Amino acid sequence: MSSAETAHRLQFAFTITYHYIFPQLTMGLALLIFALKTIAVRGGPNAAIAAESARFWLKIFGVTFVMGVVTGIPMEFQFGTNWSRFSERTGGIIGHTLAMEGLFAFFLESSFLYLLLYGERRLGPRGHWLVSLALFAGTWLSGFFIVATNAWMQHPVGYTLDPDGTFHLDSFWALLTNPWLPWQYLHTMLGAVVTGAFCMGGVGAFYLLAGRCRDHARLFVKLGAIAALIATALAAFPTGDQQAKNVATHQPVTFAAMEGHFHTEDGAALVLIGQPDMDALAIDNALQLPRVLSFMTHQRWGARIEGLTEFDRAVWPDNVPLLYYAYHVMVGLGTILLAIAALAVWSLRRGALYERRWVLWLLTLAMPFPFIANIAGWYTAELGRQPWLVYGLLRTADGTSPHVSTGNVLFSLLGFFGLYALLTILYLFIMTRLLGRGPEATA
Amino acid sequence: MTLETLWYAIITGMLTGYVVFDGFDLGVGILHKFVARTDAERRACLRSIGPVWDGNEVWLIAAGGALLFAFPRLYAVSFSGFYLPLMMVLWLLVLRALAIELRHHVANQVWQPFWDTVFAGASAALALFFGVALGCVIRGVPLAADGTFFAPLWTDLRASTGTGILDWYTLLVGVTATAALALHGALWLGWRVGGDVRARCDRLVPPLGVAVALLVAGTTAATVWLHPAMLRELAAAPWGAPLPALALAGLAVIARSVRAGRRGRAFAGSAAFLVGMIGSAAFELYPFVLRSTSEVPGLTAADAASSAHGLAVGLGWWVPGIALVAVYFVYNYRQLPAQIDPNEHAPNDH
Repeated sequence: MSSAETAHRLQFAFTITYHYIFPQLTMGLALLIFALKTIAVRGGPNAAIAAESARFWLKIFGVTFVMGVVTGIPMEFQFGTNWSRFSERTGGIIGHTLAMEGLFAFFLESSFLYLLLYGERRLGPRGHWLVSLALFAGTWLSGFFIVATNAWMQHPVGYTLDPDGTFHLDSFWALLTNPWLPWQYLHTMLGAVVTGAFCMGGVGAFYLLAGRCRDHARLFVKLGAIAALIATALAAFPTGDQQAKNVATHQPVTFAAMEGHFHTEDGAALVLIGQPDMDALAIDNALQLPRVLSFMTHQRWGARIEGLTEFDRAVWPDNVPLLYYAYHVMVGLGTILLAIAALAVWSLRRGALYERRWVLWLLTLAMPFPFIANIAGWYTAELGRQPWLVYGLLRTADGTSPHVSTGNVLFSLLGFFGLYALLTILYLFIMTRLLGRGPEATA
Repeated sequence: MTLETLWYAIITGMLTGYVVFDGFDLGVGILHKFVARTDAERRACLRSIGPVWDGNEVWLIAAGGALLFAFPRLYAVSFSGFYLPLMMVLWLLVLRALAIELRHHVANQVWQPFWDTVFAGASAALALFFGVALGCVIRGVPLAADGTFFAPLWTDLRASTGTGILDWYTLLVGVTATAALALHGALWLGWRVGGDVRARCDRLVPPLGVAVALLVAGTTAATVWLHPAMLRELAAAPWGAPLPALALAGLAVIARSVRAGRRGRAFAGSAAFLVGMIGSAAFELYPFVLRSTSEVPGLTAADAASSAHGLAVGLGWWVPGIALVAVYFVYNYRQLPAQIDPNEHAPNDH
């Protein structure tokens, strides 16, 4: 890997990682705020509390949304600035989904965000409920076009390839019905709901522990816990399971690498914990479940799973240990979060959740982990696609901007470091103030 | 008309949409420190753009996406060639959005003036950068043998082959653009905000208008001097004449309407002026999409375009998409208060 390529990759990895902290929260919260608004417009005993809760979460949503917008703009431009050969060759295909995101999602979101944040009085309850639906649709549509773009890079369909390496669109329908797309999209969106739900539940649990805003906090914990359980369960099965099967079918070398499965075996074990040793081509200190990987992948205990050594090293993902860890962090945290959500819902059903302090502590402390799980999930997708930009067709090394030197990329990367450090301080400062004031101040 | 010509016109139209819509909120940013002195006045300026500025900026993002889809080679060559200024534009866009959206979160004598200054500085720098970018497109870039380039920020400031992004010509276009958007913003504020802000804008518009007219005359002369062939090309394509005529008519409308006190019409004149200017530049550039200052021939729309099938499919989503955008824009602009009084306390203040 040349140093220029490393610099281009580092900049994209840094800016996209930082960016994705925010959209996962806004996409998740958009659904939950819509749920709160629905409770509020339907009337009933919780309606007033739900309306106030929606107002509180809209403040959080608003600031987070702005962070997502400002860190999102550099993403689209970097395809051209840092990945010019990739843009030139694939723009005729991925340009469709990226341009459609602007036209169908960004205009919708930007037109209704202000009304959602400041227009409740003017619009009335029904109108405001409808605008919360529009924002939910906009954020999820945006996610759809981004995942559709990524799905094409993971599993290219509907194209013709010129001898000079340029891709042309052959079938727009194939692009939108890519078999990779539905599971990846649902899995990604459920991941966002997990983040939104744990943030809502965690903030509620924190208020209960602190003895503040009890009525609102109970609603946060209840809605958060239920949404978290549904979303973590569906993220694991069927969407995570189907996504893994897609990888096993279409990217078997990636599958072997992320599972830490080095040698072809009948009845392969599922590695839970352990460190990949790339010299010995084995997992050190492995804790594994015999034959489970074969069963999960093919529903047969003795099924054959190809190991990494089955494939030419030139097509191995270029950072196998990081890919392995990213995948295991995602799955491990997902499992822990599922357990916490199940415990919370079980306590809720027994009427004990609001007083059971150790569960409330768990919910509070769990808040950072959905973010890590979601980002680790994207690392699995993106490291797993290496060494390709377009799987099997265009190598990452052949996609960079040839005349943008390492020094220039480092200049912009350092600039992004500084700017995003400022963003972090500002975001935490404003969040602390909003959470400190609490939902009663926004009533 | 071929598909690539149609998409060239569509993307020019989207970029013009960006300049006309986001142009006035950039202008508001450039001017608000001068025309709005108290906190109430500054808030009134922000309220006049608050509900729409984000949607205005989406024109730029949407045009960028359309450029990637319709002219991937142009997107790739120009974005990587203009790497350094584009990165700075991205940072400025980030800071400007933060300034608008975070200012009202904390009522504090340090916080708010800080963001006011960031808003002003980023808006002015963005207007200058966008003008410089337009100047680079008109002037051309030194394409290498492989059809790409990498432009340094500046070299010797002479508009010759070895030049960087900044030279006397692109700076002149940049200053012209900054003045034109400041005028656009002054006309917007004078129309939508009352009180002392309006009075100050009214005083500012005549000298700004004269400055814009002089700068446009100077820029046009400089462009003809750089590209003498332009006059012959224009004479050979007289159907393009309505575009510069529209720009001149726009200036005339501003002058007449300001004197008659018809503020809405003056703003419309400014919009027509901007449409005419961008349209003229785009018309003059075509069939090139990136002009070369070296021996390597420039990039034409046909060279840079996606396949005809892709371009045709794109129309299938673009037409309904832009119709939806029109609905959102009409709805949102109709929601804007006709006039904001800075002295009146707003219940839902932003």
